[in-house]
Amino acid sequence: MIAADVAATPLGRLEPRGRARSRGLWSDAWRRLRRNRAAVAGLIFIALMFLIALLAPLLAPHDPDTIHPTARINSPPFWMDRHDPDYPLGTDSLARDELSRLIYGARISMVVGFVPTAITVLLGTSLGLLAGWLGGRADNWIMRGVDVVYAFPSFLFFIVLQASLRGTWFGQLLGGLMLLFVAFAITGWVGMARLVRGQVLSLKEREFIEAARAIGVPTWRLLLRHVLPNTLAPIIISISFDVPAYILAEAGLSFLGLGIQPPTASWGSMVFESFPLITFLPIFVIMPSALIALIMIAFAFVGDGLRDALDPQMSR
Amino acid sequence: MIRLVLNRLLWTVPVLWLVATVTFFLMHAAPGGPWDAKTAGGRSLDPALQASFDRKYGLDEPIWRQYALFLGNAVQFDFGTSFTREGTDVEEIILRGFPYSAKIGLFAFLLSLAIGIPVGVLAALKQNTIIDYASLLLATVGYTLPSFVLAIFFLVVFAVRLEWIPVLFQEWRGYILPSLVLGLGSSAFLARLTRSSMLEVMLQDHVRTARAKGLGQRLVVTRHILRNSMIPVLTVLGPTLAGLITGTIIIERVFGVPGMGYLFIASITSRDYPVIMGTTLFYAFIIVLANLLVDLTYLFADPRIRTIR
Repeated sequence: MIAADVAATPLGRLEPRGRARSRGLWSDAWRRLRRNRAAVAGLIFIALMFLIALLAPLLAPHDPDTIHPTARINSPPFWMDRHDPDYPLGTDSLARDELSRLIYGARISMVVGFVPTAITVLLGTSLGLLAGWLGGRADNWIMRGVDVVYAFPSFLFFIVLQASLRGTWFGQLLGGLMLLFVAFAITGWVGMARLVRGQVLSLKEREFIEAARAIGVPTWRLLLRHVLPNTLAPIIISISFDVPAYILAEAGLSFLGLGIQPPTASWGSMVFESFPLITFLPIFVIMPSALIALIMIAFAFVGDGLRDALDPQMSR
Repeated sequence: MIRLVLNRLLWTVPVLWLVATVTFFLMHAAPGGPWDAKTAGGRSLDPALQASFDRKYGLDEPIWRQYALFLGNAVQFDFGTSFTREGTDVEEIILRGFPYSAKIGLFAFLLSLAIGIPVGVLAALKQNTIIDYASLLLATVGYTLPSFVLAIFFLVVFAVRLEWIPVLFQEWRGYILPSLVLGLGSSAFLARLTRSSMLEVMLQDHVRTARAKGLGQRLVVTRHILRNSMIPVLTVLGPTLAGLITGTIIIERVFGVPGMGYLFIASITSRDYPVIMGTTLFYAFIIVLANLLVDLTYLFADPRIRTIR
């Protein structure tokens, strides 16, 4: 008890200064990011898609999965001849509202991008922290696991996993989303673990960590308050590249018919479903693929911007 | 150095074994077999016939025996015969599909070298000019644009609208679009890498020395900057080529190319176990080989690494 008090006092005095400096880093980064026009545009687009995903039930004019018996099949979007005013972007091959499906598709993309990333960050960071901090046998075991997963070609693994477990009850959970989460988490944590471990290894030798240890800061506090915050910048940069990678993997798998399960709408599965129409109504293929392209470019701009903003030495 | 190479070579064995094992058990854990109505094109087979098929292909054996048998044969590069194309060896099927994928990958690779490196060099030499910004923007977009989306756009524009190229795959003309799509994506990647590597080298002391002793711009660029900045580029070439060959899985689907990727997806939907195992291992082999190549090129390109370990 006494030891904890003693330890808390010098730390308590040091903290404001430490925090002020860290605020400096983040506000500096934020200023640099705001100056980057491409990154801002990307950020706005992502925010917009996020809002659309969140408000999908309010925004969508129809239910995305309902087949409208009175509607025509593949009625074209509003700027073409013979369109149906009830369905502004037309109807797909099963007479479902295209606009509503695109809106709900944003949901899938956002969820499939961010949920597995959250899992991999949690898993990868804690394992990387453990490996880097403990060293020795724990490090050895964790890194062996990392090596094995790293070596496994991930897209191949996704395809095989999807193909074999899609039909099971687990594969059907959340319209196939659960299986995608699991697939992405299994392969994704290794990158994060590697990154954090490397950071921890170099931080461990730094004086401020040694100083904190010398005054008796408990290990968990040391890790949480001193080590982890210093690994945050590379973690954030890596997140900005992981999210679009998962979005793309879902789109690709769904395009092969191995991702999201019908009738759930995702942009990738919409490309898959409308692909047979490509010769006479290519617009139905183009609409969802254009959205995939835009979101990927938006994330790339933000990722590049973040890297320049958070890692000034790297940018040239 | 030799130990390092041997070490990397030996690593490929457990990796391939792991790929084979995971794939084997996942495929067999899947509900439904190769003779189901759903997978066999709607025809439901007589149970007696199914049992005899199972016996013929050894599917009535316990799973661990099937696994042992598979491993034993795989070590001898024997993957059995296809279920869906009766009597055809898996190796034969792979060899029939692979040339398509390899050709597309190779054309794309050459294209990306021809575009990516010059653009990267130019952007770096004209740093912070309009040329630099334009090529960087194009490269970022090209790099992030998913290849299957680009493929779809190209298909719509060049095949559907302009009708320059038939929508269905044809010999030689069918290679143009897939190679272009894949090549543009990786040339954007190469351009970015070349640019940043050039910029890094340009700031180094030996370049300043070269300029200080009065060498002309051309000599400085070709002898001192280009040579050194190609090291990181060299190291990614192996995996780039492998990525291009294996990256055709989705592209082949878009353009209807009867290559490896097409075979792979088709074998998976029809539960053609021998073909699945064969193609998965073939793919894994290419990827593992490419990773090995990276390590080796590092060793040869940068002598400093040789002294480590």
